[in-house]
Amino acid sequence: MVDMKVNLSGIELDNPIIPASGTFNFGEEFNEFYDINILGSFSFKGTTREPRFGNPTPRIAECTQGMINSVGLQNPGIDKVISEELPKLRKFFHKPLVANISGFSIEEYVHCCEKIDKEDQVGIIEVNISCPNVHNGGMAFGVDPKNAYDVTKAVKEVTSKPVYIKLSPNVTDIVSIAKACEDGGADGISMINTLLGMKIDLKTRKPVIANKMGGFSGPAILPVAVRMVYQVYDAVKLPIMGMGGVSTAEDVIEMMLAGATAVQVGAQNLVDPFACKKIIEDLPRVMDKYGINSLSEIIGGAH
Amino acid sequence: MVQGIYKILVNQKIANDIYEMILFGDTSAIKNSGQFINIQLDGFYLRRPISICDYDKETITIIYKVVGKGTEKMAELRVGETLDCLIGLGNGFDTSVSGDRPLLIGGGVGIPPLFNLCKKLVEEGKKPTVVLGFNSESDAFYIPQFKELTENVCVATADGSLGVKGFVTAIVEKLEGYTYFYTCGPEGMLKALYDVTTTSGQLSFEERMGCGFGACMGCTCETKYGNKRICKDGPVLVKEEIIW
Repeated sequence: MVDMKVNLSGIELDNPIIPASGTFNFGEEFNEFYDINILGSFSFKGTTREPRFGNPTPRIAECTQGMINSVGLQNPGIDKVISEELPKLRKFFHKPLVANISGFSIEEYVHCCEKIDKEDQVGIIEVNISCPNVHNGGMAFGVDPKNAYDVTKAVKEVTSKPVYIKLSPNVTDIVSIAKACEDGGADGISMINTLLGMKIDLKTRKPVIANKMGGFSGPAILPVAVRMVYQVYDAVKLPIMGMGGVSTAEDVIEMMLAGATAVQVGAQNLVDPFACKKIIEDLPRVMDKYGINSLSEIIGGAH
Repeated sequence: MVQGIYKILVNQKIANDIYEMILFGDTSAIKNSGQFINIQLDGFYLRRPISICDYDKETITIIYKVVGKGTEKMAELRVGETLDCLIGLGNGFDTSVSGDRPLLIGGGVGIPPLFNLCKKLVEEGKKPTVVLGFNSESDAFYIPQFKELTENVCVATADGSLGVKGFVTAIVEKLEGYTYFYTCGPEGMLKALYDVTTTSGQLSFEERMGCGFGACMGCTCETKYGNKRICKDGPVLVKEEIIW
């Protein structure tokens, strides 16, 4: 019997598999396909202070081994998430959640974290400073070490829950951003968000996405994500939730060897609603194949 | 909605770039006419959402147009091959509000979801009128099949090669006495029908989708009743809620 348990900032997860924010909404749609309590946890849809419609459509473009999205943080706002989504979720999901929070100013991040801190369903706060799809915010905090430090420090002051900062890969030096988050008091790093990309329609000769650019995700980005997790694992002492292109149990092992304590699965949930279930069920076989008895023992094993 | 493996029984060309595919498998997740299925294709990352033309206990008929690499690949699939599909997606049409004489208007590849709808309405004892629009006679399909269901079938083609010359709106403008309308087709057609129809109705929309089952927020539109996901809360919207 293999051991898939991992410990993420004091929270014991049955397995390291966590659907990534923005690909799992608030869990309800997936719970129609399978009992989502088999997951390690899941990271709910990126939530902001105010409700947001998001970007104009088309928001989705297909690419080779991946997709571009420009949803633009559509969400009902923190108050509705707390008053409507969390009570609904409580009925069918019974594990500590990862609450994904976004903002356009430090005040907004603080406001949302302060509110979500009071929710006992939330185990970890994941602060998204890396959304590529909104102007004047989100990623602006994720591309500058000073801003990343300031956001981290500000939200840490208003919550006692573990805070993971979700980083953008669209930077020259991701290590310096991760270090700034560590200095600011982050409990962990979540990485990577999508890569800024574009798809052009040859018939119309225009970008497919209404917003022109969007976040590229899917299997094609796995090597970039593995490389970045590897680099950050070397540079900081914080646990990492690794993500980016993970689609199989083998990818999970690779991400953990690079340095991830838990592994998020994103785009794959959209093409296969059973993706996380299949990965969890396949992990024992793959662990066995590579002589792994306990997943927690292989974290950072490639270093 | 469920995921399943479906075997191809038929995959044949029925008009210019238009193909009919019949799939075999469990269809119990399909609840309404106007729902769609989402098909996984080897070599493509996202699934292809295609509306359900007709279904019975163990078969699903879809009609698709070859417009890009994905549908080109679909056209090459052979009888006996299998497809991984998500079945029973979207809300579909509500027939309970149709009245006795509903009007069905379809344009091009927007026509297929109206076929099972027409069948249902006839089964319910209603007398539907069907208006079908195509670019040209060579693009036309399923006219005889509709005529088997109802005697009131009108055809318009943009080039006049079949039926009335012009758009479906030219026919709809002259129709009287219909109790409700259902339509699916290009957005320009939907908007024109929104303006010329004299009753309430249901309009089926198309949008680029990520997942097709409501998770990714890739296909959201604004309506008077709030934000709606075309894939989950749609693709059918009622006339009164639409914001153009």
